[in-house]
Amino acid sequence: MLEMAIFSILAVVAVTAGIAVIAQRNVVHSALFLLVHFCCLAGLYILLNAQFLAMTQLIVYAGAVVVLFLFVVMLLGLERARELPDPRRYQWIVGSLLGMLWVAALIWALFPQAAQTAPALTRSDNVRQIGAALLTDFAIPFELTALVLLVAVIGSLVLAKKKLEG
Amino acid sequence: MVRDAIVGFWHILRAMGMTLKYFFTKPVTVQYPEQPVRLYPRFRGRHELRRYEEGPYQGLERCIGCALCAAYCPTQCIYVQAGENQDGVQRSPGERYAEIYEINLLRCMFCGYCEEACPTGAIVLRRQFALADYSRDRLIYTQDRLLTPSEPHAIILDDRAGSEQERRPGVSGKPKG
Amino acid sequence: MDWVTDFWIPVIKAIVVVLALLVGGAYMTWGERKLCARFQVRYGPNRAGPFGILQPLADAVKAIFKEEIVPHHVDKAIYLMSPGISFAAVLITFAVIPFGPQIDLLGRQIGLWIGDLQVGLLYLLAIAGLGSYGIVLGGWSSNNKYSLLGALRATAQMISYELPMGLALLSVVVLAGTLNLNRIVDFQGQWPLIVWQPLGFLIFFIAILAESNRSPFDLPETENELISGFMTEYGGIKFALYFIAEYTAMVVNSAIVATLFLGGWKWPAVLSNLHPLAGVALFLAKVLVVLFLYVWVRASCPRVRYDKFMRFCWKFLMPLAWVNLAVTAVIVALI
Repeated sequence: MLEMAIFSILAVVAVTAGIAVIAQRNVVHSALFLLVHFCCLAGLYILLNAQFLAMTQLIVYAGAVVVLFLFVVMLLGLERARELPDPRRYQWIVGSLLGMLWVAALIWALFPQAAQTAPALTRSDNVRQIGAALLTDFAIPFELTALVLLVAVIGSLVLAKKKLEG
Repeated sequence: MVRDAIVGFWHILRAMGMTLKYFFTKPVTVQYPEQPVRLYPRFRGRHELRRYEEGPYQGLERCIGCALCAAYCPTQCIYVQAGENQDGVQRSPGERYAEIYEINLLRCMFCGYCEEACPTGAIVLRRQFALADYSRDRLIYTQDRLLTPSEPHAIILDDRAGSEQERRPGVSGKPKG
Repeated sequence: MDWVTDFWIPVIKAIVVVLALLVGGAYMTWGERKLCARFQVRYGPNRAGPFGILQPLADAVKAIFKEEIVPHHVDKAIYLMSPGISFAAVLITFAVIPFGPQIDLLGRQIGLWIGDLQVGLLYLLAIAGLGSYGIVLGGWSSNNKYSLLGALRATAQMISYELPMGLALLSVVVLAGTLNLNRIVDFQGQWPLIVWQPLGFLIFFIAILAESNRSPFDLPETENELISGFMTEYGGIKFALYFIAEYTAMVVNSAIVATLFLGGWKWPAVLSNLHPLAGVALFLAKVLVVLFLYVWVRASCPRVRYDKFMRFCWKFLMPLAWVNLAVTAVIVALI
């Protein structure tokens, strides 16, 4: 009962904030709604007994990613979105197609025969298991993710360097 | 790099040792209203108009209204208006006396030139430094207030090095000018 | 009965802790002024009550009765929200810190902590990250160049200090083998972690100085460059909220240091076994020691330049924390 109430509140706030992220004209406000959204997600994880995931969500997304967004926005002074002509004219067609596909997937997922959400964890003391799983069963995806991040870091360095020279 | 870090850390530790040493020394603060502050003998505070304390003119004002102080004042904060002494009601020994004598302490910079200019030693800068007040008008000192001596709660240090003598307000100090 | 235990006891504990933190934060302003004054061979506030003990009260009354000013050029909602975010983040940080053992009260077993979270250490990091939003948003919403620079510095500073801080905490986790703060305190029954982790303690303490914007890392508000940094446009009770958030953060951060590195309420076990309240007293004593350290550092070290701080964090503190973590991990693996 209590759980249902908390879930409903978090879910409504999360969806509203998610819509607000794309509806806002002010970039900083958008980032803030993103923050609210992330916090609600963390709350949902806690309801599923996934405390580790919730805290990681807060640290990585709410704590670091949004702060970086804000930093860049403030540094470049991009608070007001300007009306720019769209350089890619057919983007909206691809976008709406992909969006419809996604909505279809969501609707399909809502049907009972397809509904396979992860069950809530029974124990909240699962940090050890997560660590063990990441470094044994899922070692290769884990390391690959690290590689992807490394490539991204090097790529951004190269881009920044080119800008400096040019 | 490592050496820099160690040296830097050592410097910070030394700095913290230094502050800790002072943490355990007695504060030098003078708790002013309760305890007297220490002033040097040639400290220049608020002006006072003096009277003759002895001799044939005892009790008369020293000021003769010549306005040399006002002329000499760099900030022009002194206003003097002289009046003629009538026979029988002498306020000063000379022909004239100061009918109005005002000092605007908001402009005064306590340079002491008025004191130097005065031929009779009438205006002197004494030690009163507690001059805060609630209105600007109150800081334009009028003659009656300038004639009222007032001493701060202070110890006047001896001019000669080392020793200091405590002075009770307004009793035995050597007047200046 | 269950309703009482499950609901009311945590609520009462939370209220008590919040009140204690409020008083603690308010008195930290007084304590810092007093201590700083002694470091500078002065007396500090001593007019309001004996030893100036009523000074925080006088300051609070003054702040409350000031005119409430909202400049017309600010982003009003965020401007009003930001001090609250700062303060709330500080208060909820304390939720996972154990400040005493389990005690018998009116026939019930009551643990002297609010939440016994399995991932308590991560919780601390997460909330520390959220707390800096108060500063960042306050600076941005003020719509003033000095405030904006303060906010920018706060963001850059936060990204820099959080990594060494997290790494220093990781070496604690490696040693204690748990993220639960109660377990970490239990682990320190024999020896506090500072004995095994002197370097970790140092790194964490430096990071935490930066986290609570204390001198020598008070870069977001550097009054000689940025007027008052992110709080330039704040006055009255809003300013007071920022101010008390900063000082309560000092208290909470000291509690974190005491819990993680100084043995919490447990060490030395000889004393904390005597009486449950002896543990609480030990904890408080350790918090006070760390608070003294805070003020001592402030009284001794001049503010570092902004770029030097960034370089220090990224190029010195972080490699150092990595080395510390690696050495710790190897030793733990070998033993």
